[in-house]
Amino acid sequence: MLYRENGQFKTSYRADQQMLPILQDRMFMGLLLAFVFVGAPFVFSDYFFLSILIPFLILSLAALGLNLLVGYCGQISIGHAAFMSVGAYAAYNLVLRVPQLNFLVVLVLAGLIAALVGLLFGIPSLRIRGLYLAVATLAAQFFMDWTFARVKWFTNYASSGSVSTATIDLFGFPINSPVRKYLFLAAVVTVFAVLAKNLVRSHLGRAWMAMRDMDVAAEVIGIRPVYAKLTAFGVSSFYVGVAGALWGFVHLGSWEPLAFNITLSLNLLFMIIIGGMGSILGSFFGAFFIVALPILLNRAPDWLGIDMSTAMVSHLESMIFGALIIFFLIVEPQGLARLWAIGKEKLRLWPFPH
Amino acid sequence: MGGGLSNGKSIGDVVLDLQDISLAFGGVRALQGVTFDVREHEIRAIIGPNGAGKSSMLNVINGVYHPQQGTVSYLGAKRHDVNTHEAAVQGIARTFQNIALFKGMSVLDNIMTGRNLRMKSGLLAQAFRLPSAEREELQHREAVEQVIDFLEIQAYRKTPVGRLPYGLQKRVDLARALAMEPKLLLLDEPMAGMNVEEKQDMCRFILDVNDQFGTTIVLIEHDMGVVMDISDRVIVLDYGRKIGDGTPEQVRGNQAVIDAYLGVSH
Repeated sequence: MLYRENGQFKTSYRADQQMLPILQDRMFMGLLLAFVFVGAPFVFSDYFFLSILIPFLILSLAALGLNLLVGYCGQISIGHAAFMSVGAYAAYNLVLRVPQLNFLVVLVLAGLIAALVGLLFGIPSLRIRGLYLAVATLAAQFFMDWTFARVKWFTNYASSGSVSTATIDLFGFPINSPVRKYLFLAAVVTVFAVLAKNLVRSHLGRAWMAMRDMDVAAEVIGIRPVYAKLTAFGVSSFYVGVAGALWGFVHLGSWEPLAFNITLSLNLLFMIIIGGMGSILGSFFGAFFIVALPILLNRAPDWLGIDMSTAMVSHLESMIFGALIIFFLIVEPQGLARLWAIGKEKLRLWPFPH
Repeated sequence: MGGGLSNGKSIGDVVLDLQDISLAFGGVRALQGVTFDVREHEIRAIIGPNGAGKSSMLNVINGVYHPQQGTVSYLGAKRHDVNTHEAAVQGIARTFQNIALFKGMSVLDNIMTGRNLRMKSGLLAQAFRLPSAEREELQHREAVEQVIDFLEIQAYRKTPVGRLPYGLQKRVDLARALAMEPKLLLLDEPMAGMNVEEKQDMCRFILDVNDQFGTTIVLIEHDMGVVMDISDRVIVLDYGRKIGDGTPEQVRGNQAVIDAYLGVSH
């Protein structure tokens, strides 16, 4: 009843092509953004920010980046944590060696450096595809793990191999409290999500999807595979690199090369599989599912007032988490974003069945 | 789109000239010394039994395969071995025998990919949706809408192509090729698997494209009724060799063609 597009006639192609063509969607997005930037700081506790929202936002950005490559362009990568580490160490070295740089500039440069490395490891995609490409991207993972553990220059010759960062200072405004970190991340992620949405609804995004769906036909209508695949690798690594820099500076504060190992790569892949491949929104769903759900499950007995041993809680957490993954994949193999889309379609007709 | 032929169409000069084309895959000789030409504004049909080399011929024309022997002249100039992208730049579009649409995209987006070659705004302009990028997008949307109107698929604009019935998917495939505003349109069995009514629609669209836009068309088709009705000239291939070439009437009376299709008693 509420979610109807009746009467919203589009009189121009511009109106038809806007990002959210349906009025209710725009209203919902407006409310959501108002809550994220104005309401949330008053509602949630520091613990909630630090352990759930901050990692959720950063990993959403990383999952979004991976989704551009895997979900939109159809090129699989299981080495994306490597590009996160490139972003993180690039940012570390930039801040260390050129301290006068604004952190936003550092972020963009770190992303660009990650994009360059991503391009390099994307070159095999021009020749091989599918699982073989996945194995080739694995090389990125091992190579970067090795580089940052062995080449001491990157870690500024720290004896332990771990690096630590100072508080970010943004135009004389330190990003030090959980709320500030959260707001900073929310702003960055919002901007990058809008940029990604713009990309996938313009001709570059269509070229990516064409490569994903039918590469021969894409070539025949004049889409260059080299350009489409390499831009996807570049943009994807840029996003992931920025996410890596944020992960290091805002979330971890100090880290060692192991922080970006293959487990993180696989987690990113799980996020987009569960959230929905080829969906910006799905990246957020997937990141929330993987990041927040274990923690929520872990805290649930406490909140519900059930007395339980910590060992019991952590076992239950793993079991329920695993069961939920299986459940969602059976109910909707195309991910949570698809469930969301189906729900919206149902809501358009509600209360009538069809 | 432009062109103002309508009805009184005049066949022009040779736009595509293939001389002595031979193509082999290892020991399989797909094409052996085939020579034929295509004139501007005409509908040129390629027929022949299965495995005669018809699709290979189209693949040579749009750069998927490179013949080991022979020359291709396009628009009056001898052409070196082009890849598919270069062929697309030169204005050659094609549809596919088994539909090769982009399954995950809407009808509109599928057809919009046909304009990709003409869209120039850069990555950052697109990401920030600068006014220039937006203008470009709208301008090409209008061109695509003309194709959508022309092929009467307005109702399916936003539908994912995977959900459309087969006949409509074929039409979207044609729409995507038309969105390129090609000089030369290659159709690989545009009517395969269609019922009579769908075939009639498709015939009408092909004739209209030829008529209104003056597009030169090369088509492969198995339905002899269709071929004889809509094509200006027909070439017949059998086992990679040309066995007949001429107007539908000439080809119909050709003994070699009749033998190839009906078999010869031994």
